[in-house]
Order: sequence, then C-alpha cells, then structure tokens
Amino acid sequence: MKSPVLVLLACAAVSLHAAENLSKPIEALRAVQKEGLGNEAAGKAWQEIVKADAANLPKVLKGMNGANPLAENWLRAAVGVIADEALKAKKLPVEALVAFLKDTQNSPGARVVAFDLIHGADLKLAEDLTPTLLEDPSSDLRRHPVAKLIEAGNAALEKKDKDAAIVAFGKGLGGARDEDQIKELAKKLRDLGQKVDLPKHFGFLMNWKMIAAFSNADRGGFDTVYPPEKELKFDATYEGKVKPAKWVDFTSADEYGKIDFNKPFGMEKSVVGYAATDFFSTEDRTAEIRIGCKNGWKVWLNGELLFARDEYHRGAKLDQYKLPCQLKKGKNTLLVKCCQNEQTENWTTEWEFQLRVCDATGTAILAAK
Amino acid sequence: MKTISMFVLMCLAAGLAKADWLQFRGPNAAAVSTEAKVPAAEVKIAWTADLPGRGLSAPIVVGDKVFVTCASGPGQETLHVFCFNAADGSKRWERAMRSTGRTMTHPKTSVAAPTPCSDGDRVFALYSSNDLFAFDLEGNLLWLRGLTFDYANASNSLGMSQSPVVVDGTLVVQSENDSESFAAGLDVATGRNKWKMDRPKAANWSSATVWKGAVALQSSKGILAVEPATGKTVWDYSDGASTIPSSVVTGEALYAVSHGITALVPEKGSVTQIWRNEKLNPGTASPLVLGEYIYVVNGAGVVIKASLKNGDELWKLRLKGPFSGSPVAAGKHIYAVNERGIFQVIDPEAPEGKVTQEIELKETVLTTPAISGGAIYVRTDSKLWKLQ
Repeated sequence: MKSPVLVLLACAAVSLHAAENLSKPIEALRAVQKEGLGNEAAGKAWQEIVKADAANLPKVLKGMNGANPLAENWLRAAVGVIADEALKAKKLPVEALVAFLKDTQNSPGARVVAFDLIHGADLKLAEDLTPTLLEDPSSDLRRHPVAKLIEAGNAALEKKDKDAAIVAFGKGLGGARDEDQIKELAKKLRDLGQKVDLPKHFGFLMNWKMIAAFSNADRGGFDTVYPPEKELKFDATYEGKVKPAKWVDFTSADEYGKIDFNKPFGMEKSVVGYAATDFFSTEDRTAEIRIGCKNGWKVWLNGELLFARDEYHRGAKLDQYKLPCQLKKGKNTLLVKCCQNEQTENWTTEWEFQLRVCDATGTAILAAK
Repeated sequence: MKTISMFVLMCLAAGLAKADWLQFRGPNAAAVSTEAKVPAAEVKIAWTADLPGRGLSAPIVVGDKVFVTCASGPGQETLHVFCFNAADGSKRWERAMRSTGRTMTHPKTSVAAPTPCSDGDRVFALYSSNDLFAFDLEGNLLWLRGLTFDYANASNSLGMSQSPVVVDGTLVVQSENDSESFAAGLDVATGRNKWKMDRPKAANWSSATVWKGAVALQSSKGILAVEPATGKTVWDYSDGASTIPSSVVTGEALYAVSHGITALVPEKGSVTQIWRNEKLNPGTASPLVLGEYIYVVNGAGVVIKASLKNGDELWKLRLKGPFSGSPVAAGKHIYAVNERGIFQVIDPEAPEGKVTQEIELKETVLTTPAISGGAIYVRTDSKLWKLQ
C-alpha cells in the first residue's frame, strides 16, 4: 500500500510541475509588445495554456496583473477557453475565483473576468458579492452594485418611500463612476430635491486663465508655437490673429466643466486659444487627466506635452481621452491648447473642452487648495 | 475523353454548389454569390441566433460556419467574435476581448462596424477601436494587434468601419482618419507589419476591393492600387472618390464611386476611364454589378439600373428606404435590407424592376447581408438571421 504521504507529495509535485509549466507560456503572453512583437511566441504559448486544467484559472488570471492591454487580451482569451470547458464539465473553481476577486491587489481587468465567470456559474453568489463592490478599484465592477442601488431606489419610490429612495440613490451616486449611471442618479436625486455637485463628483477643473485668439489659418496654428507655450506670463499681451491677445480669468458655470472659448473671445474661426490652470496635489501620485474636446488640442502638464490630437468636429464626450500622468506634491501647471478650424457648418461652432483630474477608476482627485 | 470532360464539369459544378462568403460583399467584394445554388424564390426565416451587443459588421461564411462580430458594454468595450453553425444557428464558439483603443462612435454606428474577413483557414476581426484579432476556424487565437495602442492618434471619434481584405497571405487593413491615417499589410500568420503607408488625413469609411491581384485602397483622393505583399503602387487614380460607399469590380473593370460612378480600366500602371455618369450617385450603400448592369441605391432609397457598357440609366425603382447596408445578389435576384429591417427581394429583370417579396425583421438593420449555401444571412443589433 502506498504511503499517503508519498501520494500527497506526488500530487503536489505534479501540481507544481503543471504550475511551473504554465509560467513560461504565461510570460510569453505577457511579453507581447507593439506592432505584433512577440506574437509568434504568444501564439504557441496560448495553445499550451488553453490545455491547462481549470484549477489553473487563478494562475492564468494572475498573469494579467501588470500586463499591457495586448497581453491582457491574450490571457483573457485563454481564460475564456479554459473556463468554457470547465463550465461544461462543472469544474469551474468558483471558490478560488472568489478569492481572486476579493484580493483587490489583482488587476481590475482580471478581477472583472473573475466576476463574470462567477456570475456565469453561480448567479446567486455573484449577487451576494455585488454589494461589496461599491467602492471597488474597478469602475466596471462598481456598475453592478450601483445598478442594484438604482433598482432599490426605484422600488422605494414606487412604495412612496422618498427617504429610502434618497438613501439608495445617494449611496449609488457615491459609488458611481460611469457617466450614464451618474447622470441617472443625479436626475433622480434632484427630482427628490437633493443637491448634487457634479463638478466635484467628477473632478472637473473649473477655473482657468484663457488667452486668444492666435491664428489657425489652414490649420497651421496647431503646430505653431505661440508665446503661451514658451511662457505663462498672465499680465502679458501678445500679437493675436486680428487684435492683441491677453489673458482673462474664466470660471465655468457648466456642471460638466465646459471651458468655452466662445464666451470670452467670440465665435471665431481658424483660431487658437490657450487655457492654463494650477492644480495642487496633496502628494506625489499617478493620476489621469481626462479631456473631452472636439477641436484640435494639446495638453501639457508641468511643461511636458502629454498628448496632441488634430481632429476637428468629429464629436466630444466625457473622458474622450485618458492621459496617464504623474502629479507632484504641491503645484502642477496644466496648459491646454484648443484650436478652432475653418468649418462653417452649424455643428462646428464649439471651441471648448472639458478636463478633469482623477485616478484610474475615474474617482475625482480634488485639489489640495 | 467525353467521360473525363463530363467528370471535370461535374466537379466544377459541385465545387460551385456552395461558395464561401469570406469578406464584406463576398467573393471579390462584388456582392454577388458565385454559387450555382440560389436562395428560394420566396425566402423564409430559417433561424435566428441571439447576439449580446451592437454591430454593423456583416456576417461572413466559411464552409458550414457563420462568423459575426459585435460589441457590448456601456462603452461597447467588450469585443465579441461568434461562430455559429450555418445549419441551425447553434453557437460553436465565442470569444470576448477588451478594447485597447477608443470606443467612441456616432450613436448610429458601433465599435463592431468593420466586417471580418477570412482566407479560408483564419478569421480576421477588426473593430472601430482598431483592435484586430486573428483566430483559426475553431476559435484558437493566433495573434492580435491593437492598432491604436500601436499608433496613438489612429482613431476617429465618429467611429471607423473600413473592412479588411486578405490576399495571398497578406491582410490589408485601412485605418484612415483625420489624424494618424494609414494602411498596412500584415502577415496573416503573425500579424506583423509587412508594410505600412501613410494615407490621406481624412476620415474614410469605404473598404478596399481587389482587382487583378492588386488591393484598391479608396479614399477622398481617389483609388490607389497596391501590391498586397509589398504595398508598392500598381496604379493610382487621383480624381477623387467617395469615403462611404465602396467601389465594385468585375473581371473587366473597376466601377469607382467617383463623380457618380466612373468606370475604370487600369492597365500597365495607368488608368483609363471608359465612362462616367455623374447622376448615378450611391447614398450609403455600395453599388452592385449583376450581369451586364450596375445597380446603385441612392440616398432616397431608389435603385437605379444602368448599363455596364456606358453607364446609361435604364430604370429607377423606389424601394422602401433608407439604406445603410449594401445590396447583394444571387442568381437573378437582388437582396436589400433597409434600416427599418424590411428585407426586400428585387427582380431586376422585370421591365422597370420589381420588388417580389418583403419580410419585416422588425429590427434596425444597418448592415449588408451575406449569401452562402443558398441562404442569406443578415445581422441586427440583437440577432443573426438566416433566411432560406
């Protein structure tokens, strides 16, 4: 009769071997880079990984931690194949997936996959977990409890329980990070007589100094380095396209933080304007500058160009562009260049942007002062 | 000898009994089925399969498999590829990926707007987010690219919809937009660039066609034909072309959506214009050549039949419009689905053209059908339909 200890050791060895066997192919997926670099090795590695036993799902999911978005998709696809087989055989390691989900050190993307798998295998369990996700690092996961709170609020309204509705909607708004849910909750709360401060919730920067108008004839102003790109001297006057250009103070009255150049400067065409503001951070930290703008634009942070986009009048929306950045403790200076072009259609009058500072979940980072 | 000839003919006939529909507008992007078997004179709904998200991409058919893409989630950030059994609509496999590029589009269109294509062994699925996935027919991921991840300004806030084409081991993709606009030829085995070229900086939703081995890239500037393996210019027509409806080719000529329709014969590096009819103005739908005629659906939902020889108009037939998807044809019938989901069968040989059948799908249809195995496949935002 074989020693139980020996059997256990053998099983552990097989398991360790299997886990180690996945390490190299997982690394091959994580190694993919831009322009298809690493695709050949990744294709072969993927074939190995999808043969893995379902028990390895957490390991494959862990491979998504810190991976670039391309590698995440390779791993996501592998998880999908393994999980499909596991679900058919009723061998999905649900407990291990729950543990993976609960560990918020795991990447948001991987945890979303884990939750979706749990949801597919055990709806009740997923619903039981849902309320715990309201303050989650993943904005995708927050959608579920926020949706439940909207339902709860609506149910309270049907019962004419206004107070319960306010509590539910207020709690939902506190956790909500996606525009559609935020809009819905803001309207519900306002209809119930509650005040909602959307600029604060989103983290829009509302107070700017602005200067215009420089020339954008033939769209050449986009690349022309006008004085504000060299110096921020708010008492200066510069030669503008038609008349001298001076800085003016502007505070947005729009609850979506629209910084509208047409207001101080008129509905000009083929012009460039700049807007500058300081943002005081409480600490050195990573953040995202999120901008929505249908004009040509550039954004600098502390003198460093974050991104430039020369598309005109194809549409604008909240969080249209997400610019990862590093804030330093104390003063951070933002400069936005906003270029209006020559088009005359009635849908091309906008010369504006909206900009907010938040973390990767979309949670507003509020200025220190 | 007679026996061998008959045998060869029978093989040929059997080979054409069922043909794949491997890309946007099918064989040669001509929108005409090459099968001997045609859909029934009166088609019926054979089955529907549910889809979890929106899409404008057309289905494609490889053998007994139907492939379709869609995008779901609040921002359409989840990108799906589905494979269904053609026989009964049962799902063979599904893959769900996440966008790495931008998912903003005009509300009418969708992130799953470009139609996938296949070389018979692989399926290549491109999305407006510039995510590109290659699978084998069993759903094994072969490679992927994030073309906006690679080229950060390659996007269009209105959405992109250019469908890729695959020719002799090269997948040609167009990512043409106002900012970082390019076309590239990718190795079908690895997804690596074989070549990449700058393209006009202007939004473009038209798709390429393949004419005599060259890939004809259409843009507002005109049509540039390139060798698929190298991107080297074969010929260049620079008198402008449409950025929405795509051109159509036959064995003899290319009918460009340019100043109405302009019939071109490129030869030895130059391009000869055979005729032009500025009154043949496609709306959103791409034109169709069937037999000796070209059919154009204009912005008012009127189909115009014109001679392929000289572009002269023969008749106009008002359909129930409007149309976003393009018409397709098999045998002697043309099939078109309007935006309100009214599937219309047209007999183009009737003296003034005639609609012989209508089926109300009762859902929005913004895409082009596919035809294979004597059946017509149409997708809506919520379903894939088989009509037979």
